[in-house]
Amino acid sequence: MKIHYQFAFFDEGSKREIRRATLKSIAIPGYQVPFASREMPIGRGWGTGGLQLTLSLVGRKDVIKVIDQGSDESVNAVNIKKLIVKTTGISTTDQTSQATIIQSRHRIPEVALNDSQILVLQVPAPEPLRRYERSEFETKKLHADKEYSGAWLILFEQIMKFGHTSTGADHPVLVYDRYVMAPSPIPRFDNPKMLYSEALILLGAGREKKVYAVPPFTKVMSLDFEDFPFSVESFKGKSCKLCNAKDVYLDELVNEANDETYYQCNDTSYCLGRLNAQGLNEVSQHGG
Amino acid sequence: MTYVAVKGGTEAIEESIRRIKYERIKHGKTIGVDEIQCGMRSLVDQVMSESSLYSEVLAALSIKQAEGNPEEAVFLMRAYRSTLPRNHYSRTVDTENMNIMRRISASFKDIPGGQILGPTVDYTHRLLDFDLMDESMDEVNTWKMDYESEMMQYLKNGNNSLVDHQGLGDRGIARLPKVIDYLRKEELMIDFADDDHEPDDVTRRSLEFPSSRSQRLQILTRGQTGTVTALGYAIIRGYGALHPTVGELRIGEVPIHVGHPLEETIDEEDTYYIGDICITEAEMLIPQTIELPDGNKEIQFSIGYGACYGQNETKTIAMGILDHALEYSNPHYPTHDEEFVLYHIDSVEATGFISHLKMPHYVTFQSELERMRKTKTKEKGNDA
Repeated sequence: MKIHYQFAFFDEGSKREIRRATLKSIAIPGYQVPFASREMPIGRGWGTGGLQLTLSLVGRKDVIKVIDQGSDESVNAVNIKKLIVKTTGISTTDQTSQATIIQSRHRIPEVALNDSQILVLQVPAPEPLRRYERSEFETKKLHADKEYSGAWLILFEQIMKFGHTSTGADHPVLVYDRYVMAPSPIPRFDNPKMLYSEALILLGAGREKKVYAVPPFTKVMSLDFEDFPFSVESFKGKSCKLCNAKDVYLDELVNEANDETYYQCNDTSYCLGRLNAQGLNEVSQHGG
Repeated sequence: MTYVAVKGGTEAIEESIRRIKYERIKHGKTIGVDEIQCGMRSLVDQVMSESSLYSEVLAALSIKQAEGNPEEAVFLMRAYRSTLPRNHYSRTVDTENMNIMRRISASFKDIPGGQILGPTVDYTHRLLDFDLMDESMDEVNTWKMDYESEMMQYLKNGNNSLVDHQGLGDRGIARLPKVIDYLRKEELMIDFADDDHEPDDVTRRSLEFPSSRSQRLQILTRGQTGTVTALGYAIIRGYGALHPTVGELRIGEVPIHVGHPLEETIDEEDTYYIGDICITEAEMLIPQTIELPDGNKEIQFSIGYGACYGQNETKTIAMGILDHALEYSNPHYPTHDEEFVLYHIDSVEATGFISHLKMPHYVTFQSELERMRKTKTKEKGNDA
């Protein structure tokens, strides 16, 4: 008994169903479209939503890039890429600009995306209102009524307690002035990259069985108050130890030898690109 | 100085896969898929039930690959299930047509057809049987032949079934009446008209709330055995408002029929028989106060329904309890809240999300760290 898996894993009926949900999500920016999420060969919560979107979209000419926490080489990114390649045979790339589909967990690449690219974000918790309303039945109604006082109240309470909002990643956004949306746990640093993005952004939550989208050139604003404007993580005065980049999202690292804290670009492909451009091709010297 | 967590992912994964294979085979012995299928009937049944995929061979293969870990085996089966097109829906299965292997009622001692213990561990003593340490195939086969010839002898002596079906007329073992039919006749049951709506399919359309009964039953039957049992237990122990009795528990094979793949089959006689599956069915009797049109109240029995692939008795009974708890929701108990129960009992979802915590969360953590430091600076500032 030997069975071969077919192109892009799914049966064609499943792919069509996921595409239909995707089209609906593009038509209603920021609205969470329920779909019959399939169990995947990777764990629920490990990117099955993103993977289902990617596999339903992918054609033989696509070039895929997968990143996890900013890195192409992170174990989960490697694992997902391996599965996509195994079931489709398409080619992969680390270079953001070369990819037609970029599946990512928790980051939007530093290089601006263009209108021939699709960014697929993996979403653990798609419901931005879940923190104050546990019931799905209720949150659906709140979205329908555009009743978002709770979302603002969360931020207001944070300001009262800490003097500023304390959301880390996954800071809620308002899409097309209509739906409050969880941008997935990207750092606040990446939220502004969604604003009028040239690339289509698709968000997939496998376990929670939802897909939603930010179509190209759509207004996406992070929730804030006039007197407490939204702010991104600050890396003021810090730069990448390898490529010297400023104004990028940095990883904080510790040099075990002297206990010194130093920083490196979180987006490894961006860092590598800069190093190449600078003619500093001795990456191997820094690599492990 | 190494670039943390960035390099070497590919190699690390390859090595890790080699290592887990080594763990499976390192004693120089592996277990055959057929051996699992023959000797681990209960685990096979549990895996098929939680996977919603009735195939003993594939379940046995998944158990082998998962080294006996049910959550991993179910995961493999479910992922495989995602590659299969949905070609047919079966016709309604009437469990009155079950070829019964075991059937008991805790409500009535004397039920038509009698209590049939069948294969059960309920009345075994849970003493480790050290004889199994070196069971010989010769002994096993001798015992098996003796047992089978005894059965044949019994049938030859004019009994047309292994079970004494006194009082059944010529219905035979394959059509034992339902215990609850008796209660219906006595008008002790809340009666409902047949609901002939096409059932929803949770694998083709995701669950939305308020859920339909068919959605609830599907999610419950594929629930993780331990979770379904624990939540059912919580209900009867105190975190729920039910006092159920096993009206009837029956286990056996039911025939599956499908209609013509291209034409609409109207006559039930024209359907195609595609095989039998073994299922466990529980009809739980739960007293329910109902208000009569004249304003008076009376108590009648209502049903909590459980049905699972294979012989999965505890889970099926717990499912019956949960079905009823969700049918009659009660805001005081999470166990009566459909979102609480249905969203959390799936093995693949629960184990997947718990295990995803093992993945790197560097970016999110860095973002939290920045916020935390900012809060601390502020506190210091206030002190000054």
